[in-house]
Amino acid sequence: MDFSILPEILSSTIRMSVPLILACLAGLWSERSGVVDIGLEGKMLAGAFVAASAAATFHSPWIGLALAIAVSIAFSLIHGYAAINQRGNQVVSGVAINMLAAGLAVVIGHSWFKQGGRTPQLDDASRFLAIDFPGKDALVNMEGLGPYMRILFDHSILTYAALALVPLSAWTLAKTRFGLRLRAVGENPQAVDTAGISVAKLRYQAVIIAGVLCGIAGAYLSTALQTSFVRDMSGGRGFLALTALIFANWRAWPALWACLLFGFLQAVANFMQGAHFMGIDIPVQVFNSLPYVMTIVLLAGFIGKSVPPKADGVPYTKDR
Amino acid sequence: MIKSLLAAAALTTAMAASALAADMGPAIVFDIGGKFDKSFNESMFNGAEKFKKETGKSYAEFEIANEAQREQAIRNFADKGYSPIIAAGFAQAEAVTKVAKDYPDLKFAIIDMVVEPKNTESIVFKEHEGSYLVGVLAALASKTGKVGFVGGMDIPLIHKFACGYVQGVKATKKDGTVFQNMTGDTGAAWNDPVKGGEITKGQIAKGADVVYAAAGATGIGVLQAAADAGKLSIGVDANQNYLHPGKVLTSMVKHVDVAVYNIMKNGNDKFEPGIHALGLAEGGVDYAMDDNNKSLVTDDMKKAVEAAKADIIAGKTKIHDYMEDNKCPVE
Repeated sequence: MDFSILPEILSSTIRMSVPLILACLAGLWSERSGVVDIGLEGKMLAGAFVAASAAATFHSPWIGLALAIAVSIAFSLIHGYAAINQRGNQVVSGVAINMLAAGLAVVIGHSWFKQGGRTPQLDDASRFLAIDFPGKDALVNMEGLGPYMRILFDHSILTYAALALVPLSAWTLAKTRFGLRLRAVGENPQAVDTAGISVAKLRYQAVIIAGVLCGIAGAYLSTALQTSFVRDMSGGRGFLALTALIFANWRAWPALWACLLFGFLQAVANFMQGAHFMGIDIPVQVFNSLPYVMTIVLLAGFIGKSVPPKADGVPYTKDR
Repeated sequence: MIKSLLAAAALTTAMAASALAADMGPAIVFDIGGKFDKSFNESMFNGAEKFKKETGKSYAEFEIANEAQREQAIRNFADKGYSPIIAAGFAQAEAVTKVAKDYPDLKFAIIDMVVEPKNTESIVFKEHEGSYLVGVLAALASKTGKVGFVGGMDIPLIHKFACGYVQGVKATKKDGTVFQNMTGDTGAAWNDPVKGGEITKGQIAKGADVVYAAAGATGIGVLQAAADAGKLSIGVDANQNYLHPGKVLTSMVKHVDVAVYNIMKNGNDKFEPGIHALGLAEGGVDYAMDDNNKSLVTDDMKKAVEAAKADIIAGKTKIHDYMEDNKCPVE
């Protein structure tokens, strides 16, 4: 194995982890309030499509980001209405969101841009580029250490936003009144209701936050990592994020580590295809399936225990 | 007397029949993606438009929106008597086979796939020959002697591209290295530009400075990643040189437009049923040169690749087709 590409693999780890971190936090917020969110994938895809379309039309990644968040919230509200008001099956509603987003993006995209559901390519001014820190050039071109500096400093603003949202989420959920109530509503909504706090309102706030986070994740895919939207480009990352959420036992900091680990496995899979390790050919599928295998092992109780919020996926009905 | 009358009658009937068929003219069914997809379908559309412009004859067309429409669209054209009916892409094979059997008097053609019925023409391309040429160019343009290949789904057809490419590289630079990666094992591998981009960055990190993408929409991510890193890339199917002017070395083009044009122009009378494999000699595949990559391909490179092309056409160089034995002689 060639270790000289290690810094590149670590850079790639960060890039691959960011959408996972954002989607995983979205799942965290939603599920901590008791609303299961299978629709992360769909919202991320819708966000990616809207971000790329808007950025191409208005020549600004920020307008793209704002509209991506708006549309992703709209999808969240649909899910919220089905799950909270109508007490519908939350998994079914989430799956519906996924199908709706995948289909709509292609149909609308094709009628707008006539490129088979693809969006036009963005120029540098309409996408999120790596931030040009003062003195960055000197840092990343340093002899020896340069490539390692790149791991930390060669990213767009969305990457740093995603990383900053982890402690913010952890702190809000653990220390603030809002966060404590939100967690309570996911564990024991009756108690919260008895205390005179609206269960529905708290859950709506949670799904809206999930919408915001998925919107950013989508914009990151289509306007930071890439420069156009392509059909189904989220590529199962929403589901992988859900897996990471289970792996992280519905906690913010472990979610970060889980996403970084899964991102690292993806990076290794991409960089190490056809690599020989100690004389053995490791098939790339091994790395690709590891996140799922590890999660199943975890769920089977071999390494620690994963316990979802008690009221996760249970619609709340007031006793009469 | 009676004999000549009968002959005249037969002649008139034949003429009437052919006149009827000629009245309806050819039809084309585009696949999902539509005729403005900047790639495969658009190329077919351009061929059909060229036919329309040159002959003044019109053609019928249909863009399908979902998979169930494939057979409906083809059957609908057949019902109305259009012929030849051209179907775009391997995914329409089943629909063409079914309808062609039901309408033995009409002519059908399919691009990129082989179908059985006697009244059909199957057009396939010798992608390995075109890939060999871009491999020659890649080897000549590379300063590091290392080049990359990013495939879409891991299927024999994509290995055919890869194998031709590697042969071209090795024939030009014996000690050249080719990093070969596939994006995935499922259909999702055609639509994951993010992953394609990461794989490309990985190959570049290992020293590759020219990367060839044969990966559908995933290739957009490959070309983007190479352009961002200041390296060269090679496009596929349609001429993609314009995507990043001055950063795409060339494109391995499949002249689907020529195939469509010829089928339409030959019409019913000169229809050639059977399998036709179009390679360099037939003008089916080629490397793309235009204003966008003029500065990247030097005269020496051009000379070398033209020589390779001439050798293949003359039969002096034989490029191994991966799909013959599912093996590649070089790696």
